[in-house]
Amino acid sequence: MLRISSLITCYGRIVALRGVSMHVDEGEIVAIIGANGSGKTTLLDTISGVLTPKSGSIKLFGQEVGGWSPEKLVRLGMAHVPQGRRLFADLSVYENLILGAYRRSSRDKRQHLTEDLDRIYDIFPVLKERSDQKAGTLSGGEQQMLAIGRGMMSRPKLLLLDEPSMGLAPIVVRDIFKIIGNLHKQGTTVLIVEQNAKAALSIARRGYVLETGRVVLEGTSSELAKNPEVRRAYLGKGYKHIIEE
Amino acid sequence: MPIWNRRCETMARSDMEQLQLERLQARVNRAYRNVRFYHRKFKECGVEPEDVITLDDIRRLPFTTKDDLRDAYPYEMFSVPLREIVRIHSSSGTTGAPTVVGYTKNDLRNWSELVARVISAGGVTRNDVVQITFGYGLFTGGFGIHYGAERVGASVIPVSAGNTERQIRIMQDFKTTALVGTPSYALHVAEVMEEMGVNREQLALRLGLFGGEPWSERMRQEIEDRLHIIATDNYGLSEVMGPGVSGECEHKCGLHINEDHFYVEVIAPDTLEPLPYGEEGELVITTLTKDGMPLIRFRTRDITRLNPEPCKCGRTTMRMDRVMRRTDDMLIVKGVNVYPSQIESILLEVEGVEPHYQIVLDRKGALDEMTILVEVSRELFTDSMSRLVDLERNILDKIHSSVGISAKLKLVEPRTLERTPDKAVRVVDNRNL
Repeated sequence: MLRISSLITCYGRIVALRGVSMHVDEGEIVAIIGANGSGKTTLLDTISGVLTPKSGSIKLFGQEVGGWSPEKLVRLGMAHVPQGRRLFADLSVYENLILGAYRRSSRDKRQHLTEDLDRIYDIFPVLKERSDQKAGTLSGGEQQMLAIGRGMMSRPKLLLLDEPSMGLAPIVVRDIFKIIGNLHKQGTTVLIVEQNAKAALSIARRGYVLETGRVVLEGTSSELAKNPEVRRAYLGKGYKHIIEE
Repeated sequence: MPIWNRRCETMARSDMEQLQLERLQARVNRAYRNVRFYHRKFKECGVEPEDVITLDDIRRLPFTTKDDLRDAYPYEMFSVPLREIVRIHSSSGTTGAPTVVGYTKNDLRNWSELVARVISAGGVTRNDVVQITFGYGLFTGGFGIHYGAERVGASVIPVSAGNTERQIRIMQDFKTTALVGTPSYALHVAEVMEEMGVNREQLALRLGLFGGEPWSERMRQEIEDRLHIIATDNYGLSEVMGPGVSGECEHKCGLHINEDHFYVEVIAPDTLEPLPYGEEGELVITTLTKDGMPLIRFRTRDITRLNPEPCKCGRTTMRMDRVMRRTDDMLIVKGVNVYPSQIESILLEVEGVEPHYQIVLDRKGALDEMTILVEVSRELFTDSMSRLVDLERNILDKIHSSVGISAKLKLVEPRTLERTPDKAVRVVDNRNL
């Protein structure tokens, strides 16, 4: 579905991605884990067209899409839920959701909008309860649900999630990941970027570990979760060993 | 016959290449970061990990040779701290320092998986009783096949090497269905079986999975006829992992390489340039998943050809020809690696021995025999018989302790061995494999 090879992205003279290759097959959940500044968000922003790659290839459904605009990519079936949700705080929940469908033609909109809204409200009943409330007044977890719901309004085949657990209490993180799992079961392919490696690996089939703009490890989630390096660096296991060194 | 891992073994070429590129880049990044040897080598060659943009760019990376591994003895090539290594194997250290290989838990899981694929291609299923006649120990053959066969779910008999009569009794009593070992040992088993008067039809044997030494189609035919089995070849080398690199399927038309774990190239041994598919050259292997001891462009010294065409069996993985020759002068005698240079250095240490010798290899029945012809000074021949006998015993002891196999020795007078103008004929191989 998504196939990326040797992607290089720069901010001015700073090279943020140094040749990243990865892929997501249809029906998978794939996790990208790594510390702050490892290039995770840059990678997602480059895939979704927010940033333009310097070189390398991004293929979506077999089509080269490197450098395409985010709008065009949404139409092709990709939705990007950015880090920090980026909601319109002064607009209502309902209005925020409707904005997620803005790329669709007006006829299509009329026909399916209610249907899609119902679907989102089904997944996130709390959004229905709060549909008239301003997004800015929602709790962190509800805001994240709204951000994902808005992404789902474009009926994406591939959903990109950037740090959905950010700033949320562990119990809320669990809810969010349960929802992501449900979206996946209903047929959405998911690429998720997370600092919370434990949560991400618990739902993903495979994962990549980014470090200073490079992939240094890849494998199935169970392989990565057992990997001593991952455990030390991202799962908080074995600190004692590090001190001994 | 079953395909153990359909997803990996029947992958479309473009998917395989994507996976290989991802793994290659990740491994190169880690090797550069974690292994001092590679860090230094990359700097010397003026390359950086990010220079690998396509799979073809691998040719910009430096080679790793057997000597590099010897220099790294014992642990310098490891990419993880020793506490993460759970198994250590070592190659037969017959010349100079041996080479050491370390495996992490994940490496062992992968190893079993890959051997499971190879022996499944050779026909082994969970219903088989697998008798392993490879040595267990530092050598990778025994343990390598062992865990792969267990992964498949077969009943594994870890007999290890030697004691052929006992092997045959076990074969009868335990109803062994698959024999694993070297092909020459299989022939030896057939012979001893005939001597013992064991009727082949009383055995349950149906498969033979052989490796560890070169063997020909003729030899396969003979093994299959005499033991009434389907005999397949499989390939691996301890530096890279052990058995599990590649193996034949039932069509016996090349060994399927586990390409999702090993990136292979064939290079011209003289120019070191990669050769197109189908051309014969030296096999070079880069490990794509090994954590403990990753190898970049390891020169195997084995001569083969690559064939990327999908096989009738359904597997799409690249196939390699059976390895029949090597680029260096290494001989495989009785399954042991022997270098003529090693024998030469032993001979030259002995007083009265001239620097002219010849190694003659024969096959008596199914077993190799090594005879060393060596010229000794005329004075020695005029001396007493007992001195000659002492000398002979002295040399043979040294060869046995250094090379690890017994040989025969023939002392000859000076100028007996044929002199050729260009290069001395040091090895005469009459084994006719």
